Amino acid sequence: MSEERNQGAAETQELREAARSLAGTGKPMLEAEHVQLYFPVKKGILVDRTIGHVHAVDDCSIALREGETLGIVGESGCGKSTFARCMVRLLEPTAGVIRFRGTDITHLGRRKLEPIHREAQLVFQDPVSSLNPRKRVGQIVGTPMKLHGVKGQNGVEDRVRELLGRVGLNPEHINRFPHEFSGGQRQRIGVARALAVDPRLIVLDEPVSALDVSIQAQVINLLDDLQDDFGLSYVFIAHDLSVVRHVSDRIGVMYLGKIVELSPAKELYTKPIHPYTQALLGAIPIPDPEENRARERVVVGGEPPNPVDPPTGCRFHTRCPHATDICKQVEPPLAEYPGGHLAACHHPQNVTEEEVTNAGRSPLSPLVAGGLLPNGKEVPVPQADTNGAGGGLAARLKRIAPG
Amino acid sequence: MALGVPRFRRNGQGSSTGDLPTQTTQGSSTEDLPTQTTQDPSFALPEAGGVAARPEPLVGRPPAEPEGPSTVGVGPYRLAFRRLRRNKTALFFGAVFIAIVIVCVLAPVYSHDVAHIGPNVTNPTGTVNGKSVLSTSGVPIGPTFTAHYFFGADSDGRDLAVRLLYGGRTSLIIGGIATIIIIVFGTLVGLLAGYFRGVVDAVLRPLMELIWSFPPVILGVAVGTALALGGIGPIKGNSIFIPAFIIGVIYIPYLGKPIRGEVLRLREMDFVDAARVQGMHPWRIMLSEILPNATSTIIVFIPMMLATSILLEAYLSFLGAGVQAPNASWGTLISDGITYLDTTPSFALIPGAMLVLTVLSINILGDGVRDALDPRAQVKIQT
Repeated sequence: MSEERNQGAAETQELREAARSLAGTGKPMLEAEHVQLYFPVKKGILVDRTIGHVHAVDDCSIALREGETLGIVGESGCGKSTFARCMVRLLEPTAGVIRFRGTDITHLGRRKLEPIHREAQLVFQDPVSSLNPRKRVGQIVGTPMKLHGVKGQNGVEDRVRELLGRVGLNPEHINRFPHEFSGGQRQRIGVARALAVDPRLIVLDEPVSALDVSIQAQVINLLDDLQDDFGLSYVFIAHDLSVVRHVSDRIGVMYLGKIVELSPAKELYTKPIHPYTQALLGAIPIPDPEENRARERVVVGGEPPNPVDPPTGCRFHTRCPHATDICKQVEPPLAEYPGGHLAACHHPQNVTEEEVTNAGRSPLSPLVAGGLLPNGKEVPVPQADTNGAGGGLAARLKRIAPG
Repeated sequence: MALGVPRFRRNGQGSSTGDLPTQTTQGSSTEDLPTQTTQDPSFALPEAGGVAARPEPLVGRPPAEPEGPSTVGVGPYRLAFRRLRRNKTALFFGAVFIAIVIVCVLAPVYSHDVAHIGPNVTNPTGTVNGKSVLSTSGVPIGPTFTAHYFFGADSDGRDLAVRLLYGGRTSLIIGGIATIIIIVFGTLVGLLAGYFRGVVDAVLRPLMELIWSFPPVILGVAVGTALALGGIGPIKGNSIFIPAFIIGVIYIPYLGKPIRGEVLRLREMDFVDAARVQGMHPWRIMLSEILPNATSTIIVFIPMMLATSILLEAYLSFLGAGVQAPNASWGTLISDGITYLDTTPSFALIPGAMLVLTVLSINILGDGVRDALDPRAQVKIQT
């Protein structure tokens, strides 16, 4: 570890910071507006009856800007992966609108989605099941190129080799099978496959959850480098905040199909507003045991409620240490706090009285949420605007965009 | 980085993605580094890594090493073949089966050049070595072990050895055709029902259940008798294609159902989603992503269905609903010989032994193939 090298690292770091500060100033690339996905629960022997719905994603809105990394965190089963799959239209939402560069892609068919799929790709959580065990690496990475007519300067195979080298694999291994690689290497193959069509957006569905911690760091650094080199936008899904904090510009926290807090990354760690976010932050282990013991933690007991029959009002009230009667009855809208920080809570934490008084209802709030803000004010709830008439989400987003 | 947090990079070792030329010779990537303590660049090559280790695209870089055999992956089928080659029992019975097939294929040669009698030529007054092939009470002669009437005669004075070989040919052809029908249609039905689910599944699955719910022998006898009388279209009632067709259709669900289950499992795998996100056509996903992963199941079923088909053909022929006279099959020969079990037991026992040997060798070979394809699988296949 020479000093020179550390200095270089610091310079690179500074350059990155500069690049990051420019990120997120562009137009929204991907907009999800009040997206809802219910999975029917069926029962019956010969004739299936629908006896209920799993509320996997319930009225979630989000906007991703060019070059930005949006982190999404939440417990297992909170709908973050489903939401991600809706974004790249692997799943069709039951309601809501998804726009990619302004085009409504919510209900497009496979053929019409082709140009979208060239720009938006997905990296999967499980490095084992995400690669076809019967195919060689060259085929796995080369197939999307052939499908989309992407040709390198010297043909597909050359470009595959180049990509393999780019993600830190040996290009000579183009003819190997997935079972001949370790978990981290397979995840790199998955990244190479996503990069094959030269996408602008990559949705990373828990890309490092299945990996060893040291390998996690390598893959995250790789993703970070690729973002800078190719100017990618990321939607980064994880179930713990310690992973996303290193890569995200903004972070959304999901609980039981709802977005409960959405904030610039730094804000979220320094002043979490929603009690659930506090609990998630409290779950991050601190390497120093004394410090770890000394801190005050919000501990949330129990399991998340059944998503088939979610609690009324605020979905977190069954486990929330601050819950009162109002939480059981009225669903809180996402309130806007300074710095582009949104949180859906009747009892916001870490905020001053003034901030609560000035808070307004964010247009990203679920449509069914009331207009009751934490300061006790009742504001009118706008009607559903799914046609994009009247400015659409983009126009409204300008108001809430952080400076 | 938006935050001033330290990055995860291991400074001493350079970038995780820096693929050093020294590593390529070892045929491994960076994840294997910690185990190779002597080769760890942080000890051996302090200058090699460094902060500038952001990997350069490898275009234009001359290949570090000539491509060795180690960089070409060994596919699952080659691995399976290697395992099968070590299984001597399976190989031995595979050879037995191949020998049976060759002998049966050569039936006309034997008939023409050795026995000098056709399979369906009756010769009740014939003699061999001075003895009449049929006794005065009509009991056929037992094995003579001469060129004529090697295994003796049947009740009409036909050469049993010739009929045995011709019968074996018939049994194997019927088994083979039935197996082809099972594999092709069972796979097709399983793929369609498993991949598309919904309406397609709602139509195909009850059809399979309907066939599945009948005992194969009873269904075979019923349909076989009806078709043997009437034939199907241009195919006459006594054609061997009728039992082949019946057996094939009866056993389609026996392959279709497991394939459907396999496809239902495979279609939820992430690599299928990856293909979908690439915009691949559903048919192509089915054929190029899912089918190759179901192939080992299909391969395991081939010998099993062949053995089962040959057995069912024997049942049906024994009961008179399969191969029709004057054609012979092992089933009809056993059926003919059963009358003389007390006087000339070899008449029924020899075709029976051939049937047992054939089915046994196919099954043992099939077991070997299954073990080779999935060495960790528990014994789970049932018919």
